[in-house]
Amino acid sequence: MSDMDAALETFAQEAEELLLDMENSLLILEDTPDDSETINSVFRAMHTIKGSSGLFGFNIIVAFTHEAETVLDQVRNGERHINNELISALLDCKDHTIKLLEHCFNDNSAELPAELQAISLKLISQLTGKTEQQLTANHDDLHIEKESSEISADNWLISLEFKTDAFRNGMDPLSFIRYLKTLGDIEQIISTATDLPSGEAMDPESCYLQFKIVFKSDASKQMIEDVFEFAADDCDIKILPPNSKVEHYTELLEDLPEDNVERLGDILIKIGALTVNDVKKAIKNQTEHKNDDDKPKPLGEILIEQKVVSPEIVDEALKKQQQTKQKVASESTYIRVDSNKLGQLINLVGELVISGAAMNLMVERHGLSDVEEVAVSMNTLVSDIRDTALELRMVPIGETFSRFKRVVRDVSKELNKNIALSITGGETELDKTVVEKINDPLTHLIRNSLDHGIESPEERLAVGKEAQGNIQLNAYHDSGHIVIQIVDDGGGLNSEKILAKAIANGLVSEEDTLSQQEIFNLIFEAGLSTKQQASSLSGRGVGMDVVKRNIEALRGSVSISSQEGLGTTITIQLPLTLAIIDGFMVETEQERYIIPLSMVDECVEMNSKEWEIDSQQHYVNLRGEVLPYLHLGEYFHNGRGQAVKSTNRESLVVVSFGQSKVGFVVDNLHGEHQTVIKPLGKVFESLKGITGATVLGDGNVALILDVQGLMQVAIKDRDSHSTLLTA
Amino acid sequence: MPIQSLVKEGVTEVTIEDEMTIYTALEQKNELSPYCQPDVHLQINLSKVSDIDSAGLQILLFLKQESSTLNFKLSLIEHSQAVVEVLELLNLGSHFGDPIVISADWGKS
Repeated sequence: MSDMDAALETFAQEAEELLLDMENSLLILEDTPDDSETINSVFRAMHTIKGSSGLFGFNIIVAFTHEAETVLDQVRNGERHINNELISALLDCKDHTIKLLEHCFNDNSAELPAELQAISLKLISQLTGKTEQQLTANHDDLHIEKESSEISADNWLISLEFKTDAFRNGMDPLSFIRYLKTLGDIEQIISTATDLPSGEAMDPESCYLQFKIVFKSDASKQMIEDVFEFAADDCDIKILPPNSKVEHYTELLEDLPEDNVERLGDILIKIGALTVNDVKKAIKNQTEHKNDDDKPKPLGEILIEQKVVSPEIVDEALKKQQQTKQKVASESTYIRVDSNKLGQLINLVGELVISGAAMNLMVERHGLSDVEEVAVSMNTLVSDIRDTALELRMVPIGETFSRFKRVVRDVSKELNKNIALSITGGETELDKTVVEKINDPLTHLIRNSLDHGIESPEERLAVGKEAQGNIQLNAYHDSGHIVIQIVDDGGGLNSEKILAKAIANGLVSEEDTLSQQEIFNLIFEAGLSTKQQASSLSGRGVGMDVVKRNIEALRGSVSISSQEGLGTTITIQLPLTLAIIDGFMVETEQERYIIPLSMVDECVEMNSKEWEIDSQQHYVNLRGEVLPYLHLGEYFHNGRGQAVKSTNRESLVVVSFGQSKVGFVVDNLHGEHQTVIKPLGKVFESLKGITGATVLGDGNVALILDVQGLMQVAIKDRDSHSTLLTA
Repeated sequence: MPIQSLVKEGVTEVTIEDEMTIYTALEQKNELSPYCQPDVHLQINLSKVSDIDSAGLQILLFLKQESSTLNFKLSLIEHSQAVVEVLELLNLGSHFGDPIVISADWGKS
């Protein structure tokens, strides 16, 4: 029975993905109703679910999806037009299918609840109500008429038409034919000179010869074409494969892997039915004749016209191409891999990186120059493996983003608002676990924007905005982090209202003077809600404080900026959660630290004369810029060994995160280092300024700096000093 | 003098005493063209053709074509080994319709 369970689970996952695809496709269809590829994908979703449900005996689902499938088939065949009502009905169908699936997964034998039954009936009538007659209309399957082949059985047919200048260019057609004989048997040869002029007009140095050769050989088309390689410029060569080859090609076509969509020409070259030259010629022909018609002729037709390939093969190849297209379209994910296995792989790669570093150290220590070369190339491989392994976990955020299209659509209908969602940066990649965990906070933030941010069309028109509100979801990479922005052009935040509420709730006292930014940030505090009335949308029990907590749990940060009347921007910054990073190793007080390389801006010498170091307030003048700095040795070692420090030459590592910049003062710079992040145990959880540790090649431990945290310390440090001074 | 001719019993026999290649094609065409007259019997002796290529073959094809347009009789006699080989390769023996005598002296090719 366990086999069955596993199969069921696969089906459940597959169905979920299919339905999600279907939803996305339907939403795309709203804008482009004629996109046949998208209609096909909707159809496929219903069709596949119907098929698989039948397998498991989920008759309820079969009956329901069958109706949807029929309607979609009509749409696909152009018998029915797609419109917004149909899309809405189909979206409901999708939701209903999920419910039916849940029902069947829980207990297939149980009677379908009357409620679901009623919805089924309603949706079916919605779908098919008007088109009962068309329902019976059946459609003929496309069948391709196969032309009878002209090729004599089992032989190649080679046609050579030499150009008049062939002799002058040093060609001797005879020598090609002689050479051809080495590849096989010439069964029949017809030599003609049909254009041979008579009398004076005949130029004995021009070539008027043509040959038609029936050739028996096991050689490949490429080999045969190679015979005439040198003549290619002076001769029109056409090589038609024998019948048996046609079958052979057909077989090869069937065996081609269906993993990516290729162009027709490429497919035919791959199976050897055509040579690169054939295709080039055909494409040239295609582009040359483009101007005659509006539409260029299909490549397949040109190839058949040029008699370089038989129609059967082209048909077969096109069929194959179509199949591959469908398969690729339906498979957005290729292999399901247990994420634990991936985690294990990444751990192993981490160990590999460490032992690679250890090896390098040994090579360096013993000065083995010949080993060094090997070590260098191995290092390159190790870092390639590292990058690839990490990439396995990376997924584009676009899929998560596009889910919100449905949210925005449904919610705006519910609220009678007109809201458009635009998405940019969907291709930005980040770790799968982060993507999963960011989904809920994002949903909440977007619902918030929909509910409270964007005003109703009337209100918008009254303040001179367009009736349609806009929400923008944006993602991009920024120095080792991913930044997600939710921008709306709604009413913005009312800082007075927030402050009043916060005072009422006792979050702040009336005497506190808060900056605009600080007031906005109060939104993320627990117990603060400016909602005038509760709505069904925000009833998820997730407040903004939970959103903030969730994001901080991912080592990220969230900030908000707003302008009243113009809109609100919420910015989320998240680390890419890499188990392995490129680090920059520094040393201070004989202790090594790693700074994420992506955050390092520059390294300069800590030179007191040049930088106008203010050791009291802890800042330097970096080319006219006030840069707070933190003495890592003082911070972590509490100033132990300060006497040594003054004699040493120190360096300043300038790091940046978001908008702010800070300098770290260290004793030594060790350069780039591949860093495997090892989380610190629970005991060290409260340590500030450290996010993890890594094992160095020599077995020592280096601590990884929490740049974000240290920055705050550095900036606060400076502020406290300055307030002390001014006080 | 690559071409020798003699007239005997109404038959003009021309012997080509050279290779028939692209290098000789122009010359041979010019020399052979005057023999192409209506109602003659032109016999071409190919015994001394040491080598023949496509251009040479084309001359023979040209003469054959002229014979039918100008209405004279063309026969090729005493084909050399090189000529036979090409005619066989291109399956042109029947096109010219002349009996080919294969000498026993020719090495197997």
